[in-house]
Amino acid sequence: MADRIYERPAIVRNTFGAMNKVGRRGDLSNHAEIDGVSIDALCKEFGSPLFVFSERRLRARVREAREAFARRYPSTTMCWSYKTNYLDAICAVMHQEGSIAEVVSGMEYDKARRLGMPGDKIVFNGPAKTETELRRAVAERAIIHADHLEEIYLLEKIAAETGATPTVGVRVSLDAGIYPRWDRFGLGLENGQAMQAVKRIARGGKLALGGLHTHIGTFVLEPAAYGRAAAKLADFATEIEKSMGVRPTHVDLGGGFASTNTLATQYHAGAIAPGIGDYAEAITSALIAGASGTGTLPRLFIETGRALIDEAGTLLTSVVATKRLSTGKRAIVIDAGVNLLFTAWWYRLNIAPARSAEAFVEDTAVYGPLCMNIDCIRESVPLPDLRPGERLAIHPVGAYTVTQSMQFINLRPAVVMINEQGTPELIRRAEVLEDLTGPEVLPERLKLGATTSGATPALKIAREG
Amino acid sequence: MPTPDLPYDPAELRTLALSDTGFIFDPRTGHSYSANATGLATLAAMKDGLDPAAIATKLRAEFKGGAAVEDDVAGFVDLLRELGLVRARSAP
Ligand SMILES: Cc1ncc(COP(=O)(O)O)c(C=O)c1O
Repeated sequence: MADRIYERPAIVRNTFGAMNKVGRRGDLSNHAEIDGVSIDALCKEFGSPLFVFSERRLRARVREAREAFARRYPSTTMCWSYKTNYLDAICAVMHQEGSIAEVVSGMEYDKARRLGMPGDKIVFNGPAKTETELRRAVAERAIIHADHLEEIYLLEKIAAETGATPTVGVRVSLDAGIYPRWDRFGLGLENGQAMQAVKRIARGGKLALGGLHTHIGTFVLEPAAYGRAAAKLADFATEIEKSMGVRPTHVDLGGGFASTNTLATQYHAGAIAPGIGDYAEAITSALIAGASGTGTLPRLFIETGRALIDEAGTLLTSVVATKRLSTGKRAIVIDAGVNLLFTAWWYRLNIAPARSAEAFVEDTAVYGPLCMNIDCIRESVPLPDLRPGERLAIHPVGAYTVTQSMQFINLRPAVVMINEQGTPELIRRAEVLEDLTGPEVLPERLKLGATTSGATPALKIAREG
Repeated sequence: MPTPDLPYDPAELRTLALSDTGFIFDPRTGHSYSANATGLATLAAMKDGLDPAAIATKLRAEFKGGAAVEDDVAGFVDLLRELGLVRARSAP
Protein backbone atom coordinates (compact mmCIF):
# COMPACT_ATOMS: atom_id res chain seq x y z
CA MET A 1 0.00 0.00 0.00
CA ALA A 2 2.68 2.48 1.02
CA ASP A 3 4.35 2.26 -2.37
CA ARG A 4 2.21 5.14 -3.51
CA ILE A 5 4.09 8.44 -3.47
CA TYR A 6 2.65 11.14 -1.26
CA GLU A 7 1.43 14.32 -2.87
CA ARG A 8 -0.25 17.25 -1.17
CA PRO A 9 -4.00 16.50 -1.21
CA ALA A 10 -5.59 18.51 -3.98
CA ILE A 11 -9.02 19.00 -5.43
CA VAL A 12 -10.19 21.19 -8.30
CA ARG A 13 -13.58 21.98 -9.72
CA ASN A 14 -14.03 20.71 -13.25
CA THR A 15 -15.04 23.28 -15.80
CA PHE A 16 -17.17 22.31 -18.73
CA GLY A 17 -17.13 23.99 -22.08
CA ALA A 18 -13.56 25.04 -21.54
CA MET A 19 -10.50 22.97 -22.30
CA ASN A 20 -9.89 20.61 -19.47
CA LYS A 21 -7.13 22.42 -17.69
CA VAL A 22 -7.00 20.33 -14.59
CA GLY A 23 -7.42 16.76 -13.66
CA ARG A 24 -5.96 13.54 -14.80
CA ARG A 25 -3.66 13.29 -17.74
CA GLY A 26 -2.45 9.99 -19.00
CA ASP A 27 0.33 11.65 -20.94
CA LEU A 28 2.12 13.43 -18.14
CA SER A 29 5.71 12.67 -18.86
CA ASN A 30 8.52 12.89 -16.41
CA HIS A 31 12.13 13.54 -17.21
CA ALA A 32 14.14 11.66 -14.62
CA GLU A 33 17.33 11.25 -16.57
CA ILE A 34 19.29 12.32 -19.60
CA ASP A 35 21.21 9.61 -21.45
CA GLY A 36 20.95 7.40 -18.40
CA VAL A 37 22.26 10.01 -15.96
CA SER A 38 19.89 11.02 -13.19
CA ILE A 39 18.86 14.65 -13.23
CA ASP A 40 19.03 14.81 -9.47
CA ALA A 41 22.60 13.49 -9.46
CA LEU A 42 23.59 16.04 -12.11
CA CYS A 43 22.22 18.92 -10.04
CA LYS A 44 23.90 17.60 -6.92
CA GLU A 45 27.27 17.40 -8.63
CA PHE A 46 27.18 20.53 -10.82
CA GLY A 47 24.58 22.74 -9.13
CA SER A 48 21.17 24.03 -10.12
CA PRO A 49 20.26 25.47 -12.55
CA LEU A 50 22.35 23.52 -15.02
CA PHE A 51 22.51 23.32 -18.80
CA VAL A 52 22.96 19.75 -20.00
CA PHE A 53 23.82 18.73 -23.54
CA SER A 54 23.59 15.22 -24.88
CA GLU A 55 26.54 14.51 -27.16
CA ARG A 56 24.79 11.38 -28.36
CA ARG A 57 21.70 13.25 -29.47
CA LEU A 58 23.75 16.03 -31.00
CA ARG A 59 25.93 13.73 -33.08
CA ALA A 60 22.97 11.64 -34.15
CA ARG A 61 21.17 14.72 -35.37
CA VAL A 62 24.17 16.16 -37.21
CA ARG A 63 24.77 12.83 -38.93
CA GLU A 64 21.13 12.60 -39.87
CA ALA A 65 21.30 16.06 -41.47
CA ARG A 66 24.62 15.41 -43.17
CA GLU A 67 23.40 12.15 -44.63
CA ALA A 68 20.03 13.59 -45.69
CA PHE A 69 21.94 16.01 -47.93
CA ALA A 70 24.85 13.77 -48.95
CA ARG A 71 22.49 11.06 -50.15
CA ARG A 72 20.74 13.45 -52.47
CA TYR A 73 23.56 15.83 -53.30
CA PRO A 74 27.12 14.66 -52.60
CA SER A 75 28.81 18.05 -52.87
CA THR A 76 27.24 19.53 -49.75
CA THR A 77 29.22 21.34 -47.05
CA MET A 78 27.64 21.67 -43.63
CA CYS A 79 28.52 24.95 -41.90
CA TRP A 80 27.99 25.26 -38.16
CA SER A 81 26.15 28.47 -37.32
CA TYR A 82 28.21 29.64 -34.36
CA LYS A 83 25.65 32.06 -33.03
CA THR A 84 23.24 29.21 -32.37
CA ASN A 85 25.65 27.82 -29.79
CA TYR A 86 29.34 28.66 -29.75
CA LEU A 87 30.47 26.79 -26.69
CA ASP A 88 33.89 25.35 -27.57
CA ALA A 89 32.83 21.78 -26.89
CA ILE A 90 29.71 22.08 -29.05
CA CYS A 91 31.63 23.65 -31.95
CA ALA A 92 34.33 21.00 -31.60
CA VAL A 93 31.74 18.23 -31.92
CA MET A 94 30.34 19.93 -35.00
CA HIS A 95 33.79 20.27 -36.56
CA GLN A 96 34.58 16.64 -35.74
CA GLU A 97 31.42 15.73 -37.59
CA GLY A 98 32.73 17.54 -40.65
CA SER A 99 31.04 20.94 -40.43
CA ILE A 100 33.05 24.02 -41.21
CA ALA A 101 32.36 27.25 -39.27
CA GLU A 102 29.76 29.89 -40.11
CA VAL A 103 30.35 33.14 -38.22
CA VAL A 104 28.67 36.53 -38.29
CA SER A 105 31.11 38.68 -36.32
CA GLY A 106 34.77 39.21 -35.56
CA MET A 107 34.31 37.67 -32.15
CA GLU A 108 32.88 34.49 -33.60
CA TYR A 109 35.62 34.50 -36.23
CA ASP A 110 38.27 34.66 -33.51
CA LYS A 111 36.54 31.86 -31.66
CA ALA A 112 36.60 29.62 -34.73
CA ARG A 113 40.28 30.36 -35.37
CA ARG A 114 41.09 29.70 -31.74
CA LEU A 115 39.45 26.29 -32.07
CA GLY A 116 41.80 25.53 -34.95
CA MET A 117 39.54 26.20 -37.94
CA PRO A 118 41.65 27.55 -40.80
CA GLY A 119 40.34 30.71 -42.46
CA ASP A 120 39.32 28.89 -45.63
CA LYS A 121 36.97 26.74 -43.53
CA ILE A 122 35.16 29.75 -42.11
CA VAL A 123 32.11 31.24 -43.80
CA PHE A 124 32.10 34.90 -42.80
CA ASN A 125 28.58 36.36 -42.90
CA GLY A 126 27.13 39.31 -41.05
CA PRO A 127 25.87 42.81 -41.77
CA ALA A 128 28.57 44.76 -39.93
CA LYS A 129 32.04 43.41 -40.58
CA THR A 130 34.78 45.90 -39.70
CA GLU A 131 37.76 46.75 -41.85
CA THR A 132 40.12 45.04 -39.40
CA GLU A 133 38.01 41.88 -39.46
CA LEU A 134 37.83 41.89 -43.24
CA ARG A 135 41.60 42.38 -43.57
CA ARG A 136 42.17 39.30 -41.47
CA ALA A 137 39.51 37.33 -43.34
CA VAL A 138 41.07 38.28 -46.68
CA ALA A 139 44.56 37.35 -45.50
CA GLU A 140 43.30 34.00 -44.22
CA ARG A 141 41.16 33.33 -47.31
CA ALA A 142 37.89 33.06 -45.44
CA ILE A 143 34.69 32.49 -47.38
CA ILE A 144 33.23 35.99 -47.35
CA HIS A 145 29.61 36.80 -48.15
CA ALA A 146 29.19 40.54 -48.53
CA ASP A 147 26.03 42.00 -47.07
CA HIS A 148 26.03 45.37 -48.86
CA LEU A 149 27.87 47.47 -51.43
CA GLU A 150 29.90 49.36 -48.82
CA GLU A 151 31.43 46.05 -47.77
CA ILE A 152 32.38 45.36 -51.38
CA TYR A 153 34.01 48.81 -51.69
CA LEU A 154 35.91 48.17 -48.48
CA LEU A 155 37.11 44.81 -49.82
CA GLU A 156 38.24 46.52 -53.03
CA LYS A 157 40.23 48.97 -50.97
CA ILE A 158 41.86 46.12 -49.01
CA ALA A 159 42.60 44.34 -52.28
CA ALA A 160 44.25 47.46 -53.73
CA GLU A 161 46.37 47.96 -50.63
CA THR A 162 47.45 44.38 -50.16
CA GLY A 163 47.66 43.23 -53.75
CA ALA A 164 45.42 40.27 -52.94
CA THR A 165 42.43 39.27 -55.04
CA PRO A 166 39.85 38.32 -52.42
CA THR A 167 37.09 35.94 -53.42
CA VAL A 168 33.84 37.57 -52.39
CA GLY A 169 30.34 36.17 -52.45
CA VAL A 170 27.06 38.01 -52.09
CA ARG A 171 24.25 37.58 -49.64
CA VAL A 172 21.04 37.69 -51.59
CA SER A 173 17.66 38.65 -50.20
CA LEU A 174 14.89 37.03 -52.16
CA ASP A 175 11.18 36.38 -52.08
CA ALA A 176 10.72 32.72 -51.18
CA GLY A 177 7.01 33.21 -50.63
CA ILE A 178 7.10 33.26 -46.87
CA TYR A 179 6.09 35.88 -44.39
CA PRO A 180 7.84 37.77 -42.92
CA ARG A 181 10.33 38.32 -45.70
CA TRP A 182 13.81 38.95 -44.35
CA ASP A 183 14.93 41.72 -46.65
CA ARG A 184 17.19 43.67 -44.33
CA PHE A 185 20.08 41.29 -44.90
CA GLY A 186 21.96 41.16 -48.16
CA LEU A 187 21.03 42.66 -51.50
CA GLY A 188 17.72 42.23 -53.27
CA LEU A 189 17.42 39.74 -56.09
CA GLU A 190 14.16 40.96 -57.57
CA ASN A 191 15.13 44.66 -57.55
CA GLY A 192 18.46 44.02 -59.28
CA GLN A 193 20.72 45.00 -56.38
CA ALA A 194 22.24 41.55 -56.09
CA MET A 195 23.11 41.58 -59.80
CA GLN A 196 24.65 45.02 -59.44
CA ALA A 197 26.86 43.71 -56.61
CA VAL A 198 27.87 40.64 -58.58
CA LYS A 199 28.79 42.82 -61.58
CA ARG A 200 30.87 45.06 -59.40
CA ILE A 201 32.77 42.04 -58.03
CA ALA A 202 33.16 40.23 -61.33
CA ARG A 203 33.99 43.25 -63.45
CA GLY A 204 35.64 45.62 -61.00
CA GLY A 205 38.99 43.97 -61.52
CA LYS A 206 39.94 43.77 -57.88
CA LEU A 207 37.84 40.89 -56.58
CA ALA A 208 36.89 37.39 -57.69
CA LEU A 209 33.31 36.19 -57.52
CA GLY A 210 32.58 33.77 -54.70
CA GLY A 211 29.28 32.18 -53.74
CA LEU A 212 25.66 33.20 -53.61
CA HIS A 213 24.18 33.10 -50.15
CA THR A 214 20.69 33.49 -48.77
CA HIS A 215 19.11 32.88 -45.39
CA ILE A 216 15.38 33.22 -45.80
CA GLY A 217 14.30 33.24 -42.16
CA THR A 218 14.25 31.12 -39.07
CA PHE A 219 11.92 28.35 -37.90
CA VAL A 220 10.60 28.18 -41.45
CA LEU A 221 8.03 25.39 -41.38
CA GLU A 222 7.66 25.16 -45.13
CA PRO A 223 10.31 23.14 -47.02
CA ALA A 224 8.81 24.37 -50.31
CA ALA A 225 10.09 27.85 -49.48
CA TYR A 226 13.62 26.45 -49.65
CA GLY A 227 12.81 24.86 -52.97
CA ARG A 228 11.77 28.28 -54.31
CA ALA A 229 14.88 29.94 -52.83
CA ALA A 230 17.19 27.28 -54.26
CA ALA A 231 15.56 27.56 -57.69
CA LYS A 232 16.00 31.33 -57.64
CA LEU A 233 19.67 31.06 -56.68
CA ALA A 234 20.25 28.42 -59.35
CA ASP A 235 18.63 30.65 -61.98
CA PHE A 236 20.63 33.60 -60.76
CA ALA A 237 23.84 31.59 -61.05
CA THR A 238 22.94 30.61 -64.61
CA GLU A 239 22.16 34.21 -65.50
CA ILE A 240 25.50 35.35 -64.08
CA GLU A 241 27.38 32.73 -65.99
CA LYS A 242 25.61 33.59 -69.23
CA SER A 243 26.07 37.33 -68.95
CA MET A 244 29.52 37.50 -67.36
CA GLY A 245 31.17 34.21 -68.09
CA VAL A 246 31.91 33.52 -64.43
CA ARG A 247 30.33 30.91 -62.28
CA PRO A 248 29.63 31.44 -58.56
CA THR A 249 31.82 29.11 -56.49
CA HIS A 250 28.86 27.80 -54.47
CA VAL A 251 25.29 28.42 -53.42
CA ASP A 252 24.53 28.71 -49.71
CA LEU A 253 20.94 28.22 -48.57
CA GLY A 254 21.62 29.42 -45.01
CA GLY A 255 19.73 27.96 -42.08
CA GLY A 256 16.28 28.39 -40.61
CA PHE A 257 15.03 24.81 -40.54
CA ALA A 258 12.55 24.34 -37.69
CA SER A 259 13.51 22.38 -34.59
CA THR A 260 11.07 20.20 -32.70
CA ASN A 261 10.06 23.05 -30.45
CA THR A 262 6.61 24.57 -30.04
CA LEU A 263 6.09 28.18 -31.07
CA ALA A 264 4.27 30.36 -28.56
CA THR A 265 1.76 31.19 -31.27
CA GLN A 266 1.16 27.59 -32.19
CA TYR A 267 -2.23 26.14 -31.30
CA HIS A 268 -1.30 22.51 -30.85
CA ALA A 269 1.66 21.69 -28.69
CA GLY A 270 4.29 19.38 -30.03
CA ALA A 271 6.44 18.81 -32.98
CA ILE A 272 5.19 20.18 -36.26
CA ALA A 273 8.63 20.57 -37.74
CA PRO A 274 9.27 18.89 -41.07
CA GLY A 275 12.13 16.38 -41.11
CA ILE A 276 15.57 17.47 -42.28
CA GLY A 277 15.03 15.16 -45.25
CA ASP A 278 12.07 17.28 -46.36
CA TYR A 279 14.23 20.40 -46.47
CA ALA A 280 17.05 18.50 -48.15
CA GLU A 281 14.68 17.14 -50.77
CA ALA A 282 13.24 20.58 -51.58
CA ILE A 283 16.65 22.23 -51.87
CA THR A 284 18.55 19.57 -53.76
CA SER A 285 15.81 18.75 -56.25
CA ALA A 286 15.50 22.46 -57.10
CA LEU A 287 19.27 22.72 -57.61
CA ILE A 288 19.37 19.61 -59.75
CA ALA A 289 16.47 20.89 -61.86
CA GLY A 290 18.07 24.34 -62.08
CA ALA A 291 21.36 22.93 -63.29
CA SER A 292 19.84 20.86 -66.06
CA GLY A 293 20.57 23.63 -68.58
CA THR A 294 24.23 24.06 -67.69
CA GLY A 295 25.10 20.55 -66.69
CA THR A 296 27.09 21.63 -63.64
CA LEU A 297 25.90 21.36 -60.09
CA PRO A 298 27.11 24.07 -57.77
CA ARG A 299 28.63 23.15 -54.39
CA LEU A 300 25.93 23.53 -51.74
CA PHE A 301 26.47 25.09 -48.32
CA ILE A 302 23.94 24.60 -45.52
CA GLU A 303 24.03 26.63 -42.30
CA THR A 304 21.25 25.04 -40.29
CA GLY A 305 21.57 25.90 -36.60
CA ARG A 306 18.64 25.39 -34.27
CA ALA A 307 17.43 22.24 -36.02
CA LEU A 308 20.69 20.51 -35.07
CA ILE A 309 21.23 21.61 -31.51
CA ASP A 310 17.89 22.51 -29.93
CA GLU A 311 16.90 18.94 -29.03
CA ALA A 312 20.28 18.14 -27.50
CA GLY A 313 19.98 20.79 -24.78
CA THR A 314 18.04 20.67 -21.49
CA LEU A 315 18.00 23.17 -18.65
CA LEU A 316 17.68 21.61 -15.22
CA THR A 317 16.16 23.79 -12.57
CA SER A 318 14.81 23.45 -9.03
CA VAL A 319 11.55 24.57 -7.47
CA VAL A 320 12.06 27.35 -4.93
CA ALA A 321 8.49 27.99 -3.84
CA THR A 322 4.86 27.36 -4.69
CA LYS A 323 1.99 29.76 -4.29
CA ARG A 324 -1.55 30.62 -5.30
CA LEU A 325 -2.09 33.79 -7.30
CA SER A 326 -5.00 36.12 -6.58
CA THR A 327 -6.94 34.38 -9.33
CA GLY A 328 -6.55 31.05 -7.55
CA LYS A 329 -4.12 29.84 -10.17
CA ARG A 330 -1.18 27.84 -9.00
CA ALA A 331 2.30 29.28 -9.52
CA ILE A 332 5.81 28.11 -8.85
CA VAL A 333 9.07 29.99 -8.54
CA ILE A 334 12.10 28.23 -10.03
CA ASP A 335 15.79 29.04 -9.87
CA ALA A 336 16.24 29.67 -13.61
CA GLY A 337 15.01 32.84 -15.28
CA VAL A 338 14.55 34.36 -18.71
CA ASN A 339 18.13 35.64 -18.55
CA LEU A 340 19.08 32.03 -19.34
CA LEU A 341 16.12 31.30 -21.58
CA PHE A 342 15.83 34.01 -24.12
CA THR A 343 13.86 31.57 -26.24
CA ALA A 344 11.05 31.42 -23.67
CA TRP A 345 9.73 34.58 -25.34
CA TRP A 346 8.71 32.79 -28.47
CA TYR A 347 8.69 29.09 -27.66
CA ARG A 348 6.36 27.20 -25.39
CA LEU A 349 9.13 25.19 -23.76
CA ASN A 350 8.34 21.81 -22.24
CA ILE A 351 8.66 21.71 -18.49
CA ALA A 352 8.65 18.24 -16.96
CA PRO A 353 9.19 17.13 -13.38
CA ALA A 354 12.13 14.83 -12.74
CA ARG A 355 10.13 12.41 -10.62
CA SER A 356 7.29 10.41 -11.98
CA ALA A 357 4.20 11.93 -10.51
CA GLU A 358 0.69 10.77 -10.15
CA ALA A 359 -0.97 12.04 -13.27
CA PHE A 360 -2.92 14.69 -11.42
CA VAL A 361 -2.00 18.00 -12.85
CA GLU A 362 -3.05 21.58 -12.57
CA ASP A 363 -2.26 24.50 -14.84
CA THR A 364 0.65 26.29 -13.26
CA ALA A 365 2.45 29.54 -13.98
CA VAL A 366 6.22 29.13 -13.92
CA TYR A 367 8.21 32.14 -12.77
CA GLY A 368 11.95 32.66 -12.57
CA PRO A 369 14.02 34.23 -9.79
CA LEU A 370 14.69 37.62 -11.38
CA CYS A 371 12.38 39.81 -9.29
CA MET A 372 11.02 41.25 -12.54
CA ASN A 373 7.51 40.93 -13.85
CA ILE A 374 8.80 39.80 -17.24
CA ASP A 375 10.48 36.76 -15.75
CA CYS A 376 7.92 34.20 -16.75
CA ILE A 377 9.00 30.93 -18.36
CA ARG A 378 5.46 29.67 -19.00
CA GLU A 379 2.16 31.39 -18.27
CA SER A 380 0.48 28.07 -17.92
CA VAL A 381 1.73 24.53 -18.03
CA PRO A 382 0.11 21.41 -16.56
CA LEU A 383 2.25 20.28 -13.64
CA PRO A 384 1.73 18.01 -10.67
CA ASP A 385 2.02 19.24 -7.13
CA LEU A 386 5.63 20.28 -6.62
CA ARG A 387 7.71 20.87 -3.53
CA PRO A 388 10.67 23.16 -2.99
CA GLY A 389 13.86 21.44 -4.09
CA GLU A 390 12.18 19.28 -6.70
CA ARG A 391 13.93 19.21 -10.06
CA LEU A 392 12.39 20.14 -13.36
CA ALA A 393 13.75 19.70 -16.86
CA ILE A 394 13.11 22.43 -19.44
CA HIS A 395 13.48 21.25 -22.99
CA PRO A 396 14.45 21.74 -25.79
CA VAL A 397 16.82 24.60 -25.08
CA GLY A 398 19.98 23.83 -27.03
CA ALA A 399 19.75 26.72 -29.49
CA TYR A 400 20.28 30.42 -28.77
CA THR A 401 20.05 30.04 -25.00
CA VAL A 402 23.65 29.74 -23.83
CA THR A 403 24.86 32.26 -26.42
CA GLN A 404 22.15 34.78 -25.56
CA SER A 405 22.23 34.29 -21.80
CA MET A 406 23.37 37.06 -19.54
CA GLN A 407 24.12 37.73 -15.94
CA PHE A 408 21.25 39.52 -14.34
CA ILE A 409 21.17 39.52 -10.57
CA ASN A 410 22.56 36.00 -10.80
CA LEU A 411 25.70 34.51 -12.27
CA ARG A 412 25.36 32.04 -15.10
CA PRO A 413 25.25 28.34 -14.29
CA ALA A 414 27.53 25.53 -15.38
CA VAL A 415 27.10 23.66 -18.64
CA VAL A 416 27.80 19.94 -18.91
CA MET A 417 27.83 17.60 -21.85
CA ILE A 418 27.07 13.93 -21.36
CA ASN A 419 29.50 12.12 -23.59
CA GLU A 420 28.68 9.12 -25.72
CA GLN A 421 29.77 6.77 -22.93
CA GLY A 422 27.19 8.39 -20.65
CA THR A 423 29.63 10.37 -18.50
CA PRO A 424 28.84 14.01 -17.77
CA GLU A 425 31.73 16.36 -18.53
CA LEU A 426 31.90 19.99 -17.50
CA ILE A 427 32.14 22.19 -20.60
CA ARG A 428 31.61 25.56 -18.94
CA ARG A 429 32.05 26.07 -15.23
CA ALA A 430 29.54 28.00 -13.16
CA GLU A 431 30.48 31.66 -13.05
CA VAL A 432 32.04 33.29 -10.01
CA LEU A 433 31.73 36.93 -8.97
CA GLU A 434 35.10 37.72 -10.56
CA ASP A 435 33.63 36.86 -13.97
CA LEU A 436 31.21 39.73 -13.46
CA THR A 437 33.49 42.25 -11.81
CA GLY A 438 36.69 41.46 -13.72
CA PRO A 439 36.19 44.04 -16.49
CA GLU A 440 34.98 46.74 -14.09
CA VAL A 441 37.12 49.68 -13.03
CA LEU A 442 36.32 51.45 -9.77
CA PRO A 443 37.95 54.89 -9.63
CA GLU A 444 40.19 55.16 -6.56
CA ARG A 445 38.21 58.10 -5.17
CA LEU A 446 35.00 56.06 -5.04
CA LYS A 447 36.40 53.19 -3.01
CA LEU A 448 34.64 52.77 0.27
CA GLY A 449 36.70 54.47 2.97
CA ALA A 450 38.64 56.65 0.54
CA THR A 451 39.12 60.16 1.95
CA THR A 452 37.41 62.79 -0.13
CA SER A 453 39.44 65.97 -0.42
CA GLY A 454 37.18 68.97 -0.67
CA ALA A 455 33.55 69.08 -1.61
CA THR A 456 32.27 67.16 -4.58
CA PRO A 457 31.35 69.21 -7.66
CA ALA A 458 27.68 68.62 -6.97
CA LEU A 459 28.00 70.14 -3.52
CA LYS A 460 29.94 73.12 -4.86
CA ILE A 461 27.24 73.84 -7.39
CA ALA A 462 24.63 73.58 -4.69
CA ARG A 463 26.48 76.16 -2.59
CA GLU A 464 27.06 78.55 -5.45
CA GLY A 465 23.48 78.26 -6.69
CA MET B 1 -23.92 12.22 15.73
CA PRO B 2 -22.63 15.77 16.03
CA THR B 3 -18.85 16.07 16.25
CA PRO B 4 -18.22 19.56 17.51
CA ASP B 5 -14.42 19.19 17.66
CA LEU B 6 -14.00 18.76 13.96
CA PRO B 7 -13.17 21.81 11.84
CA TYR B 8 -15.81 20.59 9.38
CA ASP B 9 -19.16 18.87 9.48
CA PRO B 10 -18.96 15.37 7.97
CA ALA B 11 -22.70 15.54 7.30
CA GLU B 12 -22.05 18.17 4.65
CA LEU B 13 -19.93 15.73 2.71
CA ARG B 14 -22.32 12.83 2.98
CA THR B 15 -24.01 13.39 -0.38
CA LEU B 16 -20.74 13.70 -2.31
CA ALA B 17 -20.16 10.81 -4.71
CA LEU B 18 -16.53 9.74 -4.80
CA SER B 19 -15.14 7.46 -7.48
CA ASP B 20 -11.88 5.56 -7.28
CA THR B 21 -10.49 7.50 -10.21
CA GLY B 22 -10.73 10.76 -8.29
CA PHE B 23 -13.90 12.00 -9.99
CA ILE B 24 -16.20 13.64 -7.45
CA PHE B 25 -19.77 14.70 -7.99
CA ASP B 26 -21.83 17.01 -5.82
CA PRO B 27 -25.51 16.33 -6.55
CA ARG B 28 -26.56 19.43 -4.59
CA THR B 29 -24.90 21.83 -7.02
CA GLY B 30 -24.22 19.69 -10.09
CA HIS B 31 -20.54 20.56 -9.89
CA SER B 32 -17.94 17.91 -10.41
CA TYR B 33 -14.40 17.88 -9.11
CA SER B 34 -11.16 16.06 -9.65
CA ALA B 35 -8.88 15.07 -6.80
CA ASN B 36 -5.54 13.37 -6.59
CA ALA B 37 -5.16 10.16 -4.61
CA THR B 38 -4.34 11.83 -1.31
CA GLY B 39 -7.16 14.32 -1.83
CA LEU B 40 -9.57 11.48 -2.41
CA ALA B 41 -8.32 9.62 0.65
CA THR B 42 -8.64 12.76 2.76
CA LEU B 43 -12.14 13.43 1.54
CA ALA B 44 -13.20 9.85 2.26
CA ALA B 45 -11.73 10.05 5.75
CA MET B 46 -13.51 13.35 6.39
CA LYS B 47 -16.80 11.77 5.32
CA ASP B 48 -16.09 9.03 7.84
CA GLY B 49 -15.71 11.66 10.51
CA LEU B 50 -11.98 11.29 11.17
CA ASP B 51 -10.28 14.27 12.72
CA PRO B 52 -7.30 15.96 10.99
CA ALA B 53 -4.70 14.18 13.15
CA ALA B 54 -6.20 10.79 12.36
CA ILE B 55 -6.39 11.67 8.67
CA ALA B 56 -2.69 12.61 8.67
CA THR B 57 -1.82 9.29 10.31
CA LYS B 58 -3.86 7.44 7.72
CA LEU B 59 -2.16 9.30 4.84
CA ARG B 60 1.26 8.54 6.29
CA ALA B 61 0.36 4.87 6.43
CA GLU B 62 -1.00 4.73 2.91
CA PHE B 63 1.53 6.91 1.10
CA LYS B 64 5.24 7.24 1.41
CA GLY B 65 7.25 10.43 1.58
CA GLY B 66 4.84 12.86 3.26
CA ALA B 67 6.51 15.53 5.39
CA ALA B 68 4.17 18.28 6.63
CA VAL B 69 1.05 16.15 6.29
CA GLU B 70 -0.90 17.90 9.09
CA ASP B 71 -0.39 21.29 7.44
CA ASP B 72 -1.41 19.82 4.12
CA VAL B 73 -4.63 18.39 5.55
CA ALA B 74 -5.46 21.77 7.10
CA GLY B 75 -4.75 23.41 3.73
CA PHE B 76 -7.03 20.90 2.01
CA VAL B 77 -9.89 21.68 4.38
CA ASP B 78 -9.40 25.38 3.57
CA LEU B 79 -9.55 24.50 -0.10
CA LEU B 80 -12.86 22.66 0.41
CA ARG B 81 -14.17 25.70 2.19
CA GLU B 82 -13.15 27.94 -0.73
CA LEU B 83 -14.93 25.58 -3.09
CA GLY B 84 -18.04 25.73 -0.88
CA LEU B 85 -17.99 22.01 -0.15
CA VAL B 86 -17.80 22.58 3.60
CA ARG B 87 -18.84 25.64 5.52
CA ALA B 88 -16.69 27.54 7.95
CA ARG B 89 -17.28 26.36 11.49
CA SER B 90 -17.16 28.74 14.35
CA ALA B 91 -14.76 27.60 17.04
CA PRO B 92 -16.45 25.43 19.64
C1 LIG C 1 23.39 33.81 -41.86
C2 LIG C 1 22.79 32.83 -40.95
N1 LIG C 1 22.98 31.51 -41.19
C3 LIG C 1 22.46 30.56 -40.36
C4 LIG C 1 21.72 30.88 -39.26
C5 LIG C 1 21.15 29.79 -38.40
O1 LIG C 1 19.76 29.87 -38.36
P1 LIG C 1 18.87 28.71 -37.69
O2 LIG C 1 19.35 28.53 -36.31
O3 LIG C 1 17.49 29.27 -37.73
O4 LIG C 1 19.04 27.50 -38.53
C6 LIG C 1 21.49 32.24 -38.98
C7 LIG C 1 20.68 32.63 -37.83
O5 LIG C 1 20.02 33.61 -37.75
C8 LIG C 1 22.03 33.22 -39.85
O6 LIG C 1 21.84 34.53 -39.61
